[in-house]
Amino acid sequence: MMNRSVTWKSRAAVVLAAGTIALGAPALADEAVRDPVEGFNRAMFAVNEGLDTVLVKPVAQAYDYVVPLPAKAGVGNFFWNIADVRNVLNNALQGKLADAGNDLGRLLINSTVGIFGLFDVASELGLEKHDEDFGQTLAVWGWDESSFLYWPLLGPRTVRDTGGWVVDVYTDPTWGTINKSVAARNSLVALRFVDVRADLLPTDKVVEEAALDKYAYVRDAYLQRRRNQIFDGRPPRLEDVMD
Amino acid sequence: MMKKLIALVFVTLFATTLALAQEAPDALVKQVTEEVLEIVRKDKDIQNGSAKRAIDLVDAKVIPHFNFQHMTALAVGKDWRKASPQQQQQLASEFKTLLVRTYSNALTGYKDQKVVYKPFKMNAGDTDVLVRTEVHQPGNKPVQLDYSLEKLEAGWKVYDVNVAGISLVTNYRDQFGQEIRNSGIDGLIKAIAAKNKALEGNLAKADGK
Repeated sequence: MMNRSVTWKSRAAVVLAAGTIALGAPALADEAVRDPVEGFNRAMFAVNEGLDTVLVKPVAQAYDYVVPLPAKAGVGNFFWNIADVRNVLNNALQGKLADAGNDLGRLLINSTVGIFGLFDVASELGLEKHDEDFGQTLAVWGWDESSFLYWPLLGPRTVRDTGGWVVDVYTDPTWGTINKSVAARNSLVALRFVDVRADLLPTDKVVEEAALDKYAYVRDAYLQRRRNQIFDGRPPRLEDVMD
Repeated sequence: MMKKLIALVFVTLFATTLALAQEAPDALVKQVTEEVLEIVRKDKDIQNGSAKRAIDLVDAKVIPHFNFQHMTALAVGKDWRKASPQQQQQLASEFKTLLVRTYSNALTGYKDQKVVYKPFKMNAGDTDVLVRTEVHQPGNKPVQLDYSLEKLEAGWKVYDVNVAGISLVTNYRDQFGQEIRNSGIDGLIKAIAAKNKALEGNLAKADGK
């Protein structure tokens, strides 16, 4: 136990240090600053597209086809319940204590009455879902602009959100507390991965058809979505050329 | 008989469009959404993936409430002012075709989703508002779906749509900017037109199946 918490702290410290260094960089929304390693990112994007075509997407499609809707909803609810641990933590870290309390309530209700989170009873009771992670917390703490990175399998992230993701993994019961059995942990992580990809299936065609440049489309959509998440769905408006 | 029926449909359509134009923006969004969903729920062709049927529906019911000139200006960004009126018109026309083609597809994926309308506040003199909705589906987090509307002489018009915080319009800004830097505004018009043509080819193929 002692050991575990020490490694957690030291790794978090590394991430925070990385954050502090990046904080010193001037915050420009300029293309070159937003996506300074575009060549690398495009290469990784191509790798991911290949992996997705031959492996990930077919698996997600099979899952989507075979598993009936109520079971899929159960899987989605189960992982959302686990994510509520992260939501409680990050809402608290961002000083949103009412939201943290809401999410703690969700976690307690859904883990018990909702049978290990398979049923989202809390939403029925009017406890709203939130979506917080450590990348957003870092942004709220002041690291608001960060360069874009594209990872194989992981997909789009920024430097900040990559660091945030590492912290999320360490505070995630799927990777941590339930890892008494490596096999069980790996199955859960894989199932969640497939579940997330299956959720994205309907958007595939839209992106394919809508984009003039798929990489740029995905990158900008990711950056817009993160901005929206950081501001909890109410980001300040960008300037309008018609004004 | 058939002719009369079609004429009747058009008259009703025109009348509802006129009536809607005078309405409050949140009521407008709600009415159009519910009307479209009602049709999708009954239309087996759309549910089975007929893109053409979905496009026809969007063209008839949704498009009259959009301001594509403004949407295109937002997507192009600062280069919009450098475009001649004729180029602006061509851009808006091609961009409209692209948006309608691609996002009508979303309707063919409809499966029991429910749209929830968020509380809406506006002041008496407001001419630019945000109407917020949420799409609920079992087992998933609700998806935020917001509309920016402006008040014009013809009534309230949508000039931006946000899905999960992603503006379907400004998401094009970098891609358009890139195209303009490489081959100018005419190059951008050509690029979107080429994309539209390719999509039309897919559409013809899909319906021929």
